[in-house]
Amino acid sequence: MKNYRFIWANKGLIHKTLMAASLGSLLALGSVSSAQEPVRIAFMDPLSGTFASIGNSGLKQLQFAADYYYNTKGGILGGRMIEILPLDNKQSPNETQLQFRRAVSEEIRIIFQGNSSAVANTLNQTIARHNRRNPGQEVLQINYSAVDPILTEDNCSFWHFRFDAHAVMKLNILTDYIADNPDIKSMYIIGQDYSFGQVVSDTTIRLLKEKRPDIEIVGNEFHPIGQVKDFTPYVTKIVSSGADAVITGNFGADMVSLARSIIDSGLDIPIYTFYAAYDGITATLGEDGKNRIRLIHNGFANPLPTEARKQFNRDFKLKNPNNDVTQPRILNALQMVVRAMEETQSTDPYDIALALEDMRFTTISDEEIWMRADDHQIFQSLNISVHTDEGIEFDADNSGFGLFSEYHVPLEETVVETSCQMTRPRR
Amino acid sequence: MLLLKKSSIWIAFLIALVTLPQLFDSILAVSILNQMTIAIVFALSYNMLLGQGGMLSFGHAVYFGLGGFLSVHALLLIEYETMVFSILWIPLIGGLFGLLAGLFIGSFSTHKAGTVFAMISLGIGELIAASSLIFSSFFGGEAGISGDRTFGPLFFGIDFAQNLEIYYLAAFWVFLATLFMYLFTQTPAGRMANAVRDNPERAEFIGYSARRVRFISFCAAGMFAGIAGGLFALNYEFITEENLNAATSGRVLLMAYIGGLGYFIGPIIGAVVLTLMNSLLSNYSELWMLYLGIMFLLTVMFLPRGFAGFIMMHQVAWVRGNMKMLIKPYTLTGVPAALFALCTIALIEMSHTEEEVFHFLGLELNTASSATWIITTVIAAAAFYAVRKSLHQLSEAWDTANAIPKEERA
Amino acid sequence: MLEVLIFATLNGLVTGFLLFMLASGLTLIFSMMGVLNFAHASFYMLGAYAAYSLSLYFGFWTGLIFAPLIVGALGAVVERYGLRRVHQSGHVAELVFTFGLAFLIEEAVQFFWGRDTKNYQTPELLDFALFTLLGQEFSAYRGFMIAISIGIFIALYYVLTKSRVGIIIQAAITHPQTVANLGHNVPLIFMGVFGVGTALAGLAGVIAGPVLTTFPGMATVLGSIVFVIVVIGGLGSLAGAFIASLLIGLLQSYAIASDVGMPDLLNLLGVSFDRSHPLNDLWTISLPQIAPLLPFLLLVLVLIFRPTGLMGKREE
Repeated sequence: MKNYRFIWANKGLIHKTLMAASLGSLLALGSVSSAQEPVRIAFMDPLSGTFASIGNSGLKQLQFAADYYYNTKGGILGGRMIEILPLDNKQSPNETQLQFRRAVSEEIRIIFQGNSSAVANTLNQTIARHNRRNPGQEVLQINYSAVDPILTEDNCSFWHFRFDAHAVMKLNILTDYIADNPDIKSMYIIGQDYSFGQVVSDTTIRLLKEKRPDIEIVGNEFHPIGQVKDFTPYVTKIVSSGADAVITGNFGADMVSLARSIIDSGLDIPIYTFYAAYDGITATLGEDGKNRIRLIHNGFANPLPTEARKQFNRDFKLKNPNNDVTQPRILNALQMVVRAMEETQSTDPYDIALALEDMRFTTISDEEIWMRADDHQIFQSLNISVHTDEGIEFDADNSGFGLFSEYHVPLEETVVETSCQMTRPRR
Repeated sequence: MLLLKKSSIWIAFLIALVTLPQLFDSILAVSILNQMTIAIVFALSYNMLLGQGGMLSFGHAVYFGLGGFLSVHALLLIEYETMVFSILWIPLIGGLFGLLAGLFIGSFSTHKAGTVFAMISLGIGELIAASSLIFSSFFGGEAGISGDRTFGPLFFGIDFAQNLEIYYLAAFWVFLATLFMYLFTQTPAGRMANAVRDNPERAEFIGYSARRVRFISFCAAGMFAGIAGGLFALNYEFITEENLNAATSGRVLLMAYIGGLGYFIGPIIGAVVLTLMNSLLSNYSELWMLYLGIMFLLTVMFLPRGFAGFIMMHQVAWVRGNMKMLIKPYTLTGVPAALFALCTIALIEMSHTEEEVFHFLGLELNTASSATWIITTVIAAAAFYAVRKSLHQLSEAWDTANAIPKEERA
Repeated sequence: MLEVLIFATLNGLVTGFLLFMLASGLTLIFSMMGVLNFAHASFYMLGAYAAYSLSLYFGFWTGLIFAPLIVGALGAVVERYGLRRVHQSGHVAELVFTFGLAFLIEEAVQFFWGRDTKNYQTPELLDFALFTLLGQEFSAYRGFMIAISIGIFIALYYVLTKSRVGIIIQAAITHPQTVANLGHNVPLIFMGVFGVGTALAGLAGVIAGPVLTTFPGMATVLGSIVFVIVVIGGLGSLAGAFIASLLIGLLQSYAIASDVGMPDLLNLLGVSFDRSHPLNDLWTISLPQIAPLLPFLLLVLVLIFRPTGLMGKREE
């Protein structure tokens, strides 16, 4: 994505104040932790710039979860509060490295990060390198959303845990769902020209060939991320290909523009997506997208399964009227990390990592989820939901529209093999 | 005497490079210092184009990025033992490929200066940035490529695993690069670059090909940008498309411009200031880019010659020993100006935050009460009025401080 | 196949005309003031957001009329209090100023409207299919976009060549001193032209917002393309900008619609490469994949072989 994130300078005293403050932090060496010292967790995602709305929404969910379950209830580990330190990586690998060094400088040992697989990969490698070179100062990466399979396959690391289903797991379920639909005889794949888009394309082709060899792939298109002004020319190709359905891994404005162009062309076919909801997208698609757009996701959409989960949503909405609980996995991740801390009575990443391995945890949606030790990948049920305004108790973007679950797959069926060869450091 | 004065500046520069990480030794500080060294070389190389050669480029990151990519590939070659040499020489590889890219692109883009050159640089920048995403086997797609700097032969027992070690390696190259870039401005080629910038026709008349002079500056700038790219590769051990796209090109333009194009030290100031802002400001406010945008525009409008130009403006007053006359008027304008800026920031933040209580400089502002809003607005307005009022006496003091004494006039 | 060709042409025209609305203002401003306005596409974005806000309360048509006026007024203010001041420091300073302005506007838009995509919709009046060809609809709104753009082109052409104001503007471009001596207020003309140019960009934003999505990155997506058009067309040439806009619009649209790529070319030549070939990326590239690159490729080629652009008269 083109981020014209230029950097500017200024004059006047504001920045002198800030520089004075920054010099202070340059000198700060962090302090030694004591019993009542808060447990500090970094949240590293874009908090300014084009993708900031997604990052800020995640931050609010993590902060809320920490307050709701722990800080207002006496803290963890016998009275220690959880303190969330937001770090703005501007969704850039460069900034990620920089912010990582800041986190290390502040003696933070756990980093939550989710947006962009490129950033997650960078952070994964940076942490692996740092931990190898600085024994005793290890850092743990809690990936709550980056879905590139490589993170739990070839590039898997002892210091990385993923709390979202990866792209191949999701596509596995999505293609099952498509294969069950006899009306679909042909499929058009369109995606952003980068690793995730390519994974979606390759995997869809491979899986559909296995499950429904009669489905013809009538198009396999890549377009540059964030550079397409108008998707109509692409939609023209979709129309003339005679496709019965479209599948796309697009996110953000590319997702909205694509869906809008398809709808505008009068083409009435289902669109299967990963990221076509929340943060303004649901509101923009509105009535036009009704019953056409489907999403594969973990966690639950409407109807929510338990009263505890409903109450959590309501209380979150009360505190953050303009945001939604878009990623309940953030809460799962936090709860599991806290449980690992409580079990080991330690905040050391090595102990936490060992405790997280093979952990089975029951979420507030009353579902048991499992962190596989082999590759540090979470397994939980997956859902396919449709964009609609019927039966929506918890809508998105305050638009009246939201996601309604149509297809539910239990944990056991989501398990896929891994090529990960985990090396566990010894202490 | 002049030589002594000049070399004393260089010695001071060297001492600063060596002692800074001892003064600021946290991990974060060293990381910021590392960034600064890279930015300094990069901004200085840009100034060779724009400041000295009069070529406005919107694609200078291409040379930085290509140098960086080749450097990471070199790291990988060392890691797989295809080649064996100390990583100390990696920046040279970056420089070499920056130079090669400069030779190639410069061969057709330096025919003309001005808008034509600017637009070619924009086009090439976009082309290369976009193709870098397509040719992912070399550029690694949007995730970039990554290497490990600890594999080469040890350098006096150092494996460069720690950032501080890399800082000293970078500082060595920064000093060399800066020195050579300065010496370049003193060579005939460097002098002619200025002449061609100011008046290409006259330069042609005295027998120099304007195109050739531009070409030389262009290649040299490409090479030093490549060295900066190599330093980047060593520091971060990875590189992505981000490092050769328009955003990076824009950033270096701003560094050089804000620091002051006409002065050799300008880009250094710009690099230091912008690096500090980028790494630290974002941690204080989500809206930091908005403030930077506002302040940047103000700088362009009111300090057209950059920070270095602003400092140099005081040369006359300094030489005449009149700086004392300026202290009072500066304070009288500066304090309300700062107050105005702070109140404006408070207002902006208060309208943006969703919290009831907004913490600002140790104050707790209640965003729900209209009194907070009114008081802040009133203070801002009063401060603004005070600035307007005091500007008059500032400019008077300025004139007096810079006035030519009667005896000299006669 | 035929319907792909027809629709590709129509899509290309829609994009081309839209680009022209932006490029016309930019080229007018350039020919008057010698400034390439980096923030031009930002005014386009402001137009879309202003119209979105107006449409929430007063409907689409009010937005269509008033949003460009608001944007134009803002543009005039920028010229009067910003650009005119920076003008004394030279062209580079002016460029850098507009560069900074582009950034500031993007940030300001995010501050005032947030970072989400905005739900800016086409008016119900135009919410029908103009015609349906082989299963694909061409919406009335797109027809409306083309109509508006052609209207603007004709109006601009008429004003600049036939009206008194146009003649004064043309004169002020080449001989500002003489025009000033004749008693015309040249700074006022400059401000007016900047205002009109930005208003045109705003208008483009108003009509493009509903179909191309209103979001904070919309200026960035178009920004450099508009530059490319103005340069390819020849700096300062309205006719050149017109031709270049359509050229780029059609070029991109055809490239996306096409299904050819390197593999086809290699087949034709009878060459084939293994997937493990180091240049595999190059051998598998397809035309739709590089469609967004083509304008920049064209730009570089034009500048190398014809630095004045297609219709340009002067170089600087």
